[in-house]
Amino acid sequence: MSEVVKKFLYLNRKAPYGTIYAWEALEVVLIGAAFDQDVSVMFIDDGVYQLTKGQDTKGIGMKNFSPTYRTLGDYEVKKIYVDQASLEARGLTQDDLVEVAWEDFETEEEIENIVEVIDSARVSALMDESDVIFSF
Amino acid sequence: MSILHTVNKSPFERNALDACLRLASDGAGVLLFEDGVYAALDGTSVAPRVSDALSRLKVYVLGPDLQARGFSAERVIEGISVVDYNGFVDLAAEHDKVQAWL
Repeated sequence: MSEVVKKFLYLNRKAPYGTIYAWEALEVVLIGAAFDQDVSVMFIDDGVYQLTKGQDTKGIGMKNFSPTYRTLGDYEVKKIYVDQASLEARGLTQDDLVEVAWEDFETEEEIENIVEVIDSARVSALMDESDVIFSF
Repeated sequence: MSILHTVNKSPFERNALDACLRLASDGAGVLLFEDGVYAALDGTSVAPRVSDALSRLKVYVLGPDLQARGFSAERVIEGISVVDYNGFVDLAAEHDKVQAWL
């Protein structure tokens, strides 16, 4: 693997299903996970809708890719952030969102839910700190 | 008679809903579907604007699109009717024409 580890930030701002952005972003995150980089996935604006619980797409004839978010921990994605202001504007709380578990296979350290709701200042800081931002 | 207006864009991302609510005549129908269904949810920053419109417009939301996005009928603003695809067809047939706010 590459010796230089870069901080990748995947920035999701689109709702699922209405456009292809959310699904494409998820594909890129999963592909990127194979390259052992320092990955953060962030959801702001309508992107927070990607994580809502209870998605059931049988009525619209599209693939329900919502369960895939819950497997991100298995792909060594350990940092998932949600913008608090975006949740509030949509009348949502963390209870409305799926949980993503993470486990360190070597130490067996386990985190029940790595989804972290953060304020605007933290969102800005994470954008500043990243080496590359992938926008969807 | 009247127009059925359809809105399929998120009210947080586009101004389609606002343009529709501003320009739809009293008594017209508004159907929210695809990403437009987020406008039907209670407790959001756009909900007061939609609630206000209910006094002069009939608003509908497409159930399968709500369900796909993880929301049940209980999260919908009171006064908005949840319809299925057959209901969508009926609405299109009942109105004189359809204006799609793309």
